[in-house]
Amino acid sequence: MTATRRALDTTIIIVVIVLLWQGFARWVGDTALPGPAPTFLYLTHFVPSARFAENAAATAIAFALALLLAYGLGLAIGVWMGAQRLSGEVGEPILITLYSLPKITLYPVILLIFGLTLSGKVVFGAIHGILPVALLTMAAIRNIPMVYLKSARTLHLSPWQTISNVLLPATIPEVMAGLRIGFTVTLLGVLLAEMFASKDGLGFLIINAMTLLQAKEMISIAIVLFAFAAIANAILLWIEHRLHRRV
Amino acid sequence: MTRAGWIRLLVIAAMIGALELACRLDFIDHRVMIPPSEMATALVAILASGQLNDDIARTLGVIAIAVAMSVVLGFALGLLIHALPRLRGALDPFFATYYAVPVFIFYPVMIAIFGLSVIPIVLMGVATAIVAMIIATLNGLDRIPRVLTKVARVHRMGRFATALQLQLPAAAPYLFTGVKLSVSYAFIAVIAAEFILAPAGLGRAIANAYADFDNRRMYALMLFVLLIATVVNAGLHAWDLRWARRRGARPS
Repeated sequence: MTATRRALDTTIIIVVIVLLWQGFARWVGDTALPGPAPTFLYLTHFVPSARFAENAAATAIAFALALLLAYGLGLAIGVWMGAQRLSGEVGEPILITLYSLPKITLYPVILLIFGLTLSGKVVFGAIHGILPVALLTMAAIRNIPMVYLKSARTLHLSPWQTISNVLLPATIPEVMAGLRIGFTVTLLGVLLAEMFASKDGLGFLIINAMTLLQAKEMISIAIVLFAFAAIANAILLWIEHRLHRRV
Repeated sequence: MTRAGWIRLLVIAAMIGALELACRLDFIDHRVMIPPSEMATALVAILASGQLNDDIARTLGVIAIAVAMSVVLGFALGLLIHALPRLRGALDPFFATYYAVPVFIFYPVMIAIFGLSVIPIVLMGVATAIVAMIIATLNGLDRIPRVLTKVARVHRMGRFATALQLQLPAAAPYLFTGVKLSVSYAFIAVIAAEFILAPAGLGRAIANAYADFDNRRMYALMLFVLLIATVVNAGLHAWDLRWARRRGARPS
């Protein structure tokens, strides 16, 4: 009952947003901001097109590789800094400072090193993702209660059993949160890279549409990316909640 | 300073030193990166000449406006949403996904609507920063201990006095977290917006230097942005710690 009512409330908010969009579109004119109806009509034609598919594939490949890199390096750094107290104490403030920097300023450096290649996009995306994954993994390992380790020792668990039965289940929910945030910021990094300088990808397509004054295409891409990120986040959140409940 | 602090300083110095050496010994092409010492001298020269004062003032001004708007509006909206539980329930899924979606992709839409001026940049700054402030306000209001409301009733305090003397101080640490996040988000959003497309500003100056192959200028400005962001974040963090200690020293 409450769930359906909340779903209804959320739907009302979405309707209000669409109505505001409509009103605003009327006010600023069709070239600057087309209304919701023509935009969605355009979206249904545009998304199945080959041009969209090519660029979406370019973004997807870059994003997947960047994510792999961010998760691999982030987890490695996180485990190392979590397990080794001193390196954690030394490294944590550095990581936190790097996390809050506007990393877009560094994109020209990456362009100078890699040029307009896939590697540049991948590295720039990964730079964004590594930090939250590393920070939350480190916190997860540090927060393991000593009691767990002591009881593992009392039960004479082998190192492998300790890892699989004690350490992994105790850290996984928080690590999962890191992976979720890493997913988000890596996507943002890849898109920013494509928006600033790139020859393909959805970020490139958005900027291209802007210079050609194709507002419908621009908003369509934004909506698709928005929906993708929101759905992926919802799935990752759901997994996270399940893991939390299991512990 | 603690032992870890000294080691950290040493690690950072070693990294800068290694970079300097790699550049000097031509392991890194000077067309890719210039030695850190040259970045610093170039930055000093630029700052001394004053040629970028306008861009610096513009960018920092835009960030300040975006932060001020986000904090004030975010706090007000937080109060409003907290007072309306049904609205809050409906908005919760939006708050949970807001920072998961790249809001930044709407920057070109903003430019299409408002033109290439300072307005879309401020709006991007506010759009990224304000939700953090709203969430922090809701968090802070949730954590006000019930007992404070009872104390207020016992002392027959008015609604206004209760809010100002009891509830605001109780929620303050959470509000400050919101301010801290707002500053850091606004910084990132404004610089990124200028980078992609803007008439002027620090981010634009870096992008222009990159387009002109002017590496000295580009690296000097990058260093400047990173230094400012680090100093501002460190300053807010130190302030937070001092507040926390003061609260700890005076148990209420």
